[in-house]
Parts: sequence; C-alpha cells; structure tokens
Amino acid sequence: MENILYLSTFVFIPLVMLLGLWLAKNVNQVRGVMVAGSTALLALAIHLTARFLGDRAAGETAEMLYTGAVSWFEPLNICYSVGVDGISVAMILLSAIIVFTGTFASWQLKPLTKEYFLWFTLLSMGVFGFFISIDMFAMFMFYEIALIPMYLLIGVWGSGKKEYSAMKLTLMLMGGSAFLMCGIFGIYFDAGASTMNILDIAKHGVALDNQYLWFPMTFVGFGVLGALFPFHTWSPDGHASAPTAVSMLHAGVLMKLGGYGCFRIAMYLMPQAAHELGWIFLILTGISVVYGAFSACVQTDLKYINAYSSVSHCGLVLFAILMMNETACTGAVLQMLSHGLMTALFFALIGFIYGRTHTRDIRELSGLMRIMPFLSVCYVIAGLANLGLPGLSGFVAEMTIFVGSFENTGTFYTTLTIIACTSIVVTAVYILRLVGKILYGTCTNEHHLHLTDATWDERFSVICLIACVAGLGIAPLWVSNLIGDGVAPIINQLDKFIVLNPFM
Amino acid sequence: MDYSQFLSMHAELSLLAVILILFVADLFMCPDKKSGKGVYNTCLPAVLLLVHIVLNLLPCASCGTTESFTAFGGMYVHTPMMTVVKSILSVGTLIVFLMAHKWLSREENLVKQGEFYLLTLFTLLGMFFMISAGHFLMFFIGLELASVPMAAVVAFDKKRYESAEASAKFILLALFSAALMLYGMSLLYGATGTLYLEPMGQALAANSWTPLTVAGLALIISGLGFKISLVPFHLWTADTYQGAPTVVTGYLSVISKGAAAFALFTILVKVFGATSYVEMWNEIFFWLIVLSITLANLFAIRQQNLKRFMAFSAISQAGYLVLGLMDGSAQGMTALVFYLFVYMAANLGAFAVMSSVEENSGKINICDYNGLYKTNPKLAFLMTLCLFSLAGIPPFAGFFSKFFIFMAAFKGGHVLLVFIALVNTVVSLYYYLLLVKAMYIQPNESPIATFRSDNYTRLALALCTAGVIFLGIASIVYNYIDALSYGLL
Repeated sequence: MENILYLSTFVFIPLVMLLGLWLAKNVNQVRGVMVAGSTALLALAIHLTARFLGDRAAGETAEMLYTGAVSWFEPLNICYSVGVDGISVAMILLSAIIVFTGTFASWQLKPLTKEYFLWFTLLSMGVFGFFISIDMFAMFMFYEIALIPMYLLIGVWGSGKKEYSAMKLTLMLMGGSAFLMCGIFGIYFDAGASTMNILDIAKHGVALDNQYLWFPMTFVGFGVLGALFPFHTWSPDGHASAPTAVSMLHAGVLMKLGGYGCFRIAMYLMPQAAHELGWIFLILTGISVVYGAFSACVQTDLKYINAYSSVSHCGLVLFAILMMNETACTGAVLQMLSHGLMTALFFALIGFIYGRTHTRDIRELSGLMRIMPFLSVCYVIAGLANLGLPGLSGFVAEMTIFVGSFENTGTFYTTLTIIACTSIVVTAVYILRLVGKILYGTCTNEHHLHLTDATWDERFSVICLIACVAGLGIAPLWVSNLIGDGVAPIINQLDKFIVLNPFM
Repeated sequence: MDYSQFLSMHAELSLLAVILILFVADLFMCPDKKSGKGVYNTCLPAVLLLVHIVLNLLPCASCGTTESFTAFGGMYVHTPMMTVVKSILSVGTLIVFLMAHKWLSREENLVKQGEFYLLTLFTLLGMFFMISAGHFLMFFIGLELASVPMAAVVAFDKKRYESAEASAKFILLALFSAALMLYGMSLLYGATGTLYLEPMGQALAANSWTPLTVAGLALIISGLGFKISLVPFHLWTADTYQGAPTVVTGYLSVISKGAAAFALFTILVKVFGATSYVEMWNEIFFWLIVLSITLANLFAIRQQNLKRFMAFSAISQAGYLVLGLMDGSAQGMTALVFYLFVYMAANLGAFAVMSSVEENSGKINICDYNGLYKTNPKLAFLMTLCLFSLAGIPPFAGFFSKFFIFMAAFKGGHVLLVFIALVNTVVSLYYYLLLVKAMYIQPNESPIATFRSDNYTRLALALCTAGVIFLGIASIVYNYIDALSYGLL
C-alpha cells in the first residue's frame, strides 16, 4: 500500500494541480500552481531516482521495485498496479524535467492561460501514470489520457494549419490505440484471462499462434506514437503546429510512450513473435531513420526540420530495441532520454525564436547570432547534440545503439546498421547547414534587427535542458547503470527463444 | 389469490402512484400563466420521481440477493438486475424532466406541461412492463404503452410543422415494427404452443430449429431493432430526432433505446438460449452491428443540424450497446447495462447543453456553436466532457464502458467484430471532435450570447457530469452490476 501511494503521487500531484488551476483566479495564481506542481514533480522524480539507485546498490534484485496492486474491476481482473524498473525511472525523470522546463517555456503564453495549463497538466498526468503502471488496462487508460489533450492544445493554441494538424494527429494516434486495444484484449485472453498485470503475463506467456496476430497489432499501435514508418505522418504536421511547450512535451516525452510500450508490452510479452516478425519492423524503422534524416534536409520550416529529425531519432529507438540485445536496448533507452532532452531544447528555442521573428522559414532568417546571442548559442549546442557530438547526450546514445547493432552477426543486421548509420552524416548535413544559414552571416531582414534576446524564464528553461543534455553526455555511466537492470530481464525473456529470422 | 405478489411489482406500483398523484395534482395546480411559476413547475414530478427511485433502488441495494421471482403465474418476472435497469431508466427520466423545465415554461407549453409528465411517465411504465414481462402478451402491452404516448410527446410542439411530421413518422414505424413483432410472436406460438417466455425457450431448445422458428427470431429482432434503431431499421430515427422537441429527443435516444435493448436481451436469452439459435443471432447481430456503427458514423460526419447529428451518433452508440448482446453472456449483460448507464449520463448531458442553448438562443446547428467557448465556457466545457465520454476517451466513463463491452464481445471470440467497432471509434471521435472544434477553435464574429441556464438545467448538468466523471473510475458501479448479472440467466 505504501508503494502504491508513493508511486501514485506522480498522478496525485497533477490531479491536485488540476484542482488548483480550476480554482485559480488570475494568471499569476495559475503560474504559481504550475511552478509549485512541476517543481514537486521534479523533486519527487529525483527522489525516486536516488531511492531506486540506493535500493539497487543495496542488493535489491527484483525486476520491478515498489510494486503494489489494488483491485479495481474485480470481475474483469483489472487492478491498479504500479511498479518501476530502471527504464521507467529514467522515463519518469525525463518527463519531470520536460514538464518543469515546459512550464517555464510557456510562461508568457496567451490567451486562455488557465485552460492551456489545465490540458497541459492532464497530459502530464497521463504520461506519469503510463510510466508507473504495470497493469495493461491502467497503462492503456493513461496512454489515452495523454493523447487527447493534444487535440485542444494544438487546435486552440497552435499556429499554421493547426486544425488540420490537430485532427490528423489525434485520429492517427487514436487509430493506433484502436489496434492497441485489440492487441491488449488478445494478450489478456490468450494468457489465460486471469490477470492484466504485465509481470504475471510474462511468466504465463501468450499462446504462440496468436502472438503473430497480437504482436503486430500492439507494435503498430505503439509504433504510431513512436513515429514508425509509414505511420509517422502525423508527427511533422503536429509538431509544426503545436505551441512551444506542447512540442517539447510531445517530442520529448509523448513519443517515448511509443517506444516504451513497444518494448514493455509488445516485445516483452510476446518474445517469439518479436523474434520472428521483428525483421519486418526492423526494415520499417530503418526506413524511418534514413527517410526522416533526408526529409529534414529539404524542409524550409524550422519546426518541420526538427520534426523530421525526431522521426529519424525516434526511429532509431525502435530500431535499437528490435536488435534485441542488451547494448542496443540500453542505447535505445539512452536515446529516448537524449532525444527527449535535446528535442525539447530544440523546440523551446525554435518557439522562442518564432515568438520574436514571427517566422520559422529559414529563407527569411539570417544572422541571428548578433541579434540574440544567447538563444543562438543554445541553438548551436542543441544542434551539436542532435548530430551526435561527443560530450553531449546524442553521441552516447547513438554510439551505444550502433555498437549494439553491430553485435548482431549476420548480413541482414550489418547491412541495416550500416544504412542506419548514414543518418548520422545526413543529420550533420542538415544541422550544420541550418546553423550556418540562420545564425551566421549578416541579418538581411531589417525587421529582425531590433529584436531582444531571451527573457529570464526562457533562459531558465533552456539552461536546465542544456545542463541535462551535457550531464547525460559527460556522465552517461550512472544512467546506463540505471537502465541496464531494467533492460536485462526483458532481454532475458527475449533470449529464451531461438531466433527464426528468415534472413539469418 | 395471493395479494402479496403485487408487492413484487413495487417498481411499477410506485411509478403508477407517481402518475396518479400527478394526475390529481394536475387538476388543482394549474400554474400561473403570466409568471409561469408554480409549485407544480418541474418540482413536483421531479421530487416524486426521486422518491420513486429511492424506494425502488434501496430494497434492491440493501438485500443484494440474486434471487428472482415471478408473479401472476409467470406473467411478471422480477430480478434484481431488472430493478437496476429500471432505476437507471428512472434516473434518466428524472434528468430529462429537469432539463425540460425551461422548454415547458414556454408560453404555449405552460398549459400542457402536466401532459408532458404524464405521457412520459406512461411510456416509462410501459418500458418497465416490457422489461419485466414473462409472457409475450405482457411484453406487447408494455411495448405499446411505451410507444403510443411517445408519439404524442414527440408531437408536443404542436405549432411546429417538423414536430408533427416526426410524430407521424414515429407512430407509423412503431406500429409497423409492432406488427412485425406480433407476427413473429404468432409464428413462435405456432411452433411451440405457448406464449410464456421460458416454456417457449424450453420447447425451442428441445427441438432443432425450423424455418418457422428462425422467422420468428428474425421478426422479433427486427421489431425491437426499430426501437433500438439499428441499421437497417433506423430510417425513422434521423427525422424523428430532428423534429421532436430537443428534450424529447434526449429521452428517445437514451431511455426508450435502453429499455428496448435490455428487453431484447432478456427475450433472446430466455427464448432463444439454445446454442443453435445463439449462433444464429450472433450472425444476425454481427451484420446489424457492423452496419449500424459504420453507416451511422459515416452519415454523422455530414450533418449540420445538431439533433440530426446526435441521431446518427445515437444509432452508432446503439450498435456498440448491442455488442453486449453477443452470445447472451453474463459479462455481456453487465457490460450492456453499464454501457447504458454511462451512455445515459453522457448523452443526456449533451442534450441538456443543447436544449439549454436552444431555449436561450433558438440555435441548433453545429455552425451556431462556433466560438461557444468564448461566451459560455462552462457549457462548452461540459459539452466537451460529454462528447469525450461518448467517444470513449479516458478518464471519462465512456472509456470504461466501451472497454468493457468490447472485452465482453472479445471474450466470446468475436475478434473481427471488435476490431471493426474499434476502428469505428476513431471515426466517431472525428465527428465528436468536429463539434469540439466548433466550440473551441472555429472563429465566429457573433457567437451565441452569454446566458445563464436555469437551476433545473444546472442540476441536470451536474448529475450528468458527475456520472461522466465518476461512473467509470469508481469501479463500484460496475462491480455491483456484475454481482447481479449472474443471477439473471
């Protein structure tokens, strides 16, 4: 019970925040509630991480820590069960950081500030709930809670063709969750219809023949959110239209729900099918990685560039988990963290620049370095992290992923890895060209000459993110330790079954 | 004759008492025509109905047994589950009464508001008998009692052309469907020699199916399909829903539909419970559900009139509701009743907003709702909650009810059906979001002016919102219904 309360605090705090926002009378009170709430969440996430590392160091070897369950819908064996392992702790920490910085990034948002933060908080409640849950029903519920606020957040506060993008995003993601729901039913009934708890189902196993049906369903269901080719098309439009903090939260955290779900539900519960059908998805993710990078090269909108870059990087997450070895999977989780942080940073910066210049078209932007040096320098750092410069988070993650991918012998894997590796070069091309174009040179647009640099709230949120990106890049070891013990049981589960890949 | 068996009919008797009190009160309490205020005004029927609900619910909740008993030689059957359904229908009617206040305070309606309550309660009484029937004759009387006064209520706006048209369509098709049912009953009587449901079921189970009995099954399903408005028996729905007064449309879309769905469930399980028939009606329902959900969703997308839009939404919701009928399982029954309860809260909530907007501004088209959020943020917000619940978005109750009804159907192995229904939820989300988009996103230079809803409507909205938020998360409702469902079959 104590465990349940402890982990559920991550859901209760947003609930209290919702209540506080509901009662708030003016913008200052709204901001107060948000700062207090997101700080509390961050503090709690740090406490959880410390406690988790401490318990692991003390020799706690259970697969999930702080587990607990309360019966919810008893006739249907639905419980509210919580528990975390290294991966979910890392994800919770990431979410807390993004929510915290996202609050500051939307400090000056107008109009309807209160409503904006209401939906924003509901979204974060869904995200935290998803990561603490180990019951499929609760996970799925929180997953959908996290999706629907996006519609209003983009539709009301977005820019550009926001209505189209919001509708497209919502319908595609909900389409994914229709597949997912079917997959969840399938897993539940084929695993004996006695529990929705993931750990118990993993012990029990899902009937082999049906895995071929449910694995693609769940993988595609989550894969839509993880920007799996060809289901990624919501992502560029959605990101481009979303307001700053929503882009941050969406690319930073929400897309991770996809990768996490693929790993935790699709692959962990159906290892045989993962081995046998994995190659199909491996090819698709390979396409995501390369196609995303090349698409980013030809975009002219800053947000579109970053959105396609996200498709490429999130594709790499799914690519790595499908390699199904420990190094690659650790790399995948590192990449989720790294991508979450640096994309949030990127979107924050783009939002701030857009807020000043009112254009995101790179053809109209130039010489920003002299006009807004702080934002520009940060932009360069974000770009370098994105292209995988050593010392920043991107390098650590991509390095681990590619090393892990090469561990898999066989022409099929090697070829795919080499193809995926090319994305690093392409990323460097578009990032460097972009930085050169908009930041350096002389400013040709006279309207931009009088613009000001970042305000305190913007600086604060950006500095926090840069600190995290650099921290992850400089000291990746403690994070990979944290992740490692979460990845190991899943890999063990996957390794129990022989590889039947037709290309081997 | 043992008079104590009357007591088993306590639900019907207390409702009848409510009706009689209102009948007498109607003679004395003619409201003041000028001010439109009188004690009678909504308060009395609402309080009486509330008393009826409390009297009706409490014995059931306190005893908690799954025991069922019959009265009058098997004409009347009573189970705790039926009491639950009757209570749900009564709560729905109460909400309808609350939201009807403003509409009934219109000058032309003031003199006849007594009739509205009486006619509506008579249809409710008819539904009670329909649900509790143990004999086809009883069932048919209940069905007629539920339809004929309904036609009068649909035509309540007598100066409005559409209202009369709607009523004519309703009564003609109701009679037609009743005729179909009667024909089905007579065929079954010919095949089995009895009109009692359970003996008929035993007789049908004892022999293999014949074309005669299958025709009976098909005719009964089509007869009740009209009431539930499943495609292809839905043709009256859109016109009637559009033409009827908004409040009445709310009543039609939830209460009569729910009662008919539950009654259909009982008849199918009792009469056609044998395996060979179950397979047969599974096949029939597969197509009915697929058609209802898909076609209604596609039609709903194109609608401009909100009532017509809700009509198609209701048809597709009926398709989901009927998913609980597959296999006639106990889990399906629980899911169906729970779905009905949740659907009632969400749909009546949406109708309460619609009727409030209509009474205050006279507008009923979707494009009139553009920019509603700017002027009436609370109403727009509540409407959004209800629409999200209808679309099955967590944490609102609709998510839970959809999940459970899909789960029940999936359990019976109807994977393809569940998948089609799931894909359709995305389509339905699209059109519900169109309305959300109208309220929140679409710019409008002259949105509906800010107004204050009357207190009755507010109470109705509060009840519906509470239902939408808590019915799902608080698992007690589902668990309670589930505990009763095993006793029914």
